[in-house]
Amino acid sequence: MSTTTKTLVIASAVATALAGLAQTATAQDMEKCFGVSLAGANDCAAGPGTTCAGTSTVDYQGNAWTLVPAGTCATMELPAAMDGTARMGALEALDRDLPA
Amino acid sequence: MRQAGFVAALLDPAQAVPQGIQNPDGSPAQKRFDVYRNNVAVGLSDALEVAFPVLRNLLGDAFFRAMAGVYLRRFPPSSPLMMHYGAQMPAFLRRFAPVAHLPYLPDVALVEIALRAAYHAADAAPIDATALAAIAPDALMGTRMRLAPAVQVIASSHPLHAIWRRAADPAAPQPGVAPEAILITRPQFDPVVHPLAPAAARATQALAEGRTLGEALAEGGDALDLGALLSLLLSQRAIIALT
Amino acid sequence: MFDHSPAPLPALPGVGYKPQHYSAIIADAAPVGWLEIHAENYMGDGGRPLAQLRHLSERFPISVHGVGLSIGGEAALDRDHLARLKHLLGWLSPASFSEHLAWSTHDSAFLNDLLPLPYTRATLDRVCAHVDQVQETLGRRMLLENPSSYLAFAASEMSETDFLRAVAARTGCGLLLDVNNVFVSATNLGTSPQAYIDAFACDAVGEIHLGGHEADADEAGRPLLIDSHGRAVADPVWALLAYTLARSGPRPVLIEWDNDVPDWPVLAAEAGRAADALALVRS
Repeated sequence: MSTTTKTLVIASAVATALAGLAQTATAQDMEKCFGVSLAGANDCAAGPGTTCAGTSTVDYQGNAWTLVPAGTCATMELPAAMDGTARMGALEALDRDLPA
Repeated sequence: MRQAGFVAALLDPAQAVPQGIQNPDGSPAQKRFDVYRNNVAVGLSDALEVAFPVLRNLLGDAFFRAMAGVYLRRFPPSSPLMMHYGAQMPAFLRRFAPVAHLPYLPDVALVEIALRAAYHAADAAPIDATALAAIAPDALMGTRMRLAPAVQVIASSHPLHAIWRRAADPAAPQPGVAPEAILITRPQFDPVVHPLAPAAARATQALAEGRTLGEALAEGGDALDLGALLSLLLSQRAIIALT
Repeated sequence: MFDHSPAPLPALPGVGYKPQHYSAIIADAAPVGWLEIHAENYMGDGGRPLAQLRHLSERFPISVHGVGLSIGGEAALDRDHLARLKHLLGWLSPASFSEHLAWSTHDSAFLNDLLPLPYTRATLDRVCAHVDQVQETLGRRMLLENPSSYLAFAASEMSETDFLRAVAARTGCGLLLDVNNVFVSATNLGTSPQAYIDAFACDAVGEIHLGGHEADADEAGRPLLIDSHGRAVADPVWALLAYTLARSGPRPVLIEWDNDVPDWPVLAAEAGRAADALALVRS
């Protein structure tokens, strides 16, 4: 891309962005309290007493770890090789199909 | 009693209760010390649960809870600010063998950490869009944009946003194969998660690093829809200065 | 020594502030006359927490209650954390600042719990040095709160009431008397809660706390109460509050409810009960 072409691309992108800016974000509630707003709050309460949570650990090092993930990940159909290597070839072509 | 011994016994239930810790009749305490063991383990596990709700959805309650028990003993909070607890979760997940077959988990953890950081990030007034309109076309290429402190890009080699949506809502479509990044903005008080194509993620990252629009365009390459990206950033009040 | 502090907390009921109650409090907070926040939750850089706090502080006296300073810790106080506190207290200018007679950090690990101390001369020296450092850094008097005890230390050389009286005398700090903690500790250690109040330095009390507790038992079946802040204040604790106020006179009384937080009307009703207890000692 030449400098002139780049300038044109950017100018037209700015024009597009400004033209699409009819609606602004609506003011958000001062209260609304869920999700991240509750994450990581400090307090000075004690936990729920002497239940066993603090006195039993699952020994991850000692072959005692028998649990398997059993949430949404179990129903997620991702390609077998999720390390990315098997899919590399197909990635670039699909790149442009996504919203920017 | 030294506090080092108290902490070691707190975090390792296999250790004996430290000497000199007693019941009211002077006999050595056991269950009374377990109150503290429990407070610490439950308190930190609960904190991880509310900090990583999407990871928890992906892994299931029982697995997440057990994993939290391993995490909190390896990485207890390093600061009294619980709002930042869990910063080592991505690194932890990369090495935690029971999730080795789910290599996208560290990126999901990064998004959850970024959401909390965005929630507590400094306030910053967005630019008036007319300021951008006022810049001469010739000068646009050398223009730099300062992004709001809450804005973050999490690049990924996985279809991160689709995984994110599916984790929140099992009825969401199955993720495809194309990698996607996530953009986090905070138009006012609530962080918002947006999908971002890799080209747009590279361009946004360049802008965040203080590089010019021209350089961001080059980073994005042919696949970049700069108009759509700028529109998103403006509507999300993510641009706070032009220089 | 520290005469730049703003107006003190009023001798009215207050509640521990929870963000989900924001709108209800703005609409009608009665009978609540002031709010307490946990310092660490307002140490971010911006966003909703600070916006809410700024707005609330224009309408209510605020008490800042720290839960992360580890004043009883063997190590030096965390200077970064002290600086964060100084910044918060600087812009907020709250009516009160308080922390706990406890420790929570060791070797840079923050354990997110209020851990117990043996009451020895060495502990007393260390706590006094830390309270001095806090008050000098912040440029104001602080209140120190009595903890909930679940166990005893063979090494303790003095009672908790003597320990706290000595800290107040040596440092000039005030005391925060948590009446639920008194009841919990006395039950757990088999002592008299009234005797504790009788021995307490009531003239140093700048604030009173109340909260709910859970009942459990130790391995010998002895009662073991847990300071859970997850339910209404127990009746014997209300009775102990009346006993305390009869000696101390009217004081700011806080309801703490941190777990299973109820809707605002339930919390306001608890504050109403505290208002009734305060009215009895005013008449």
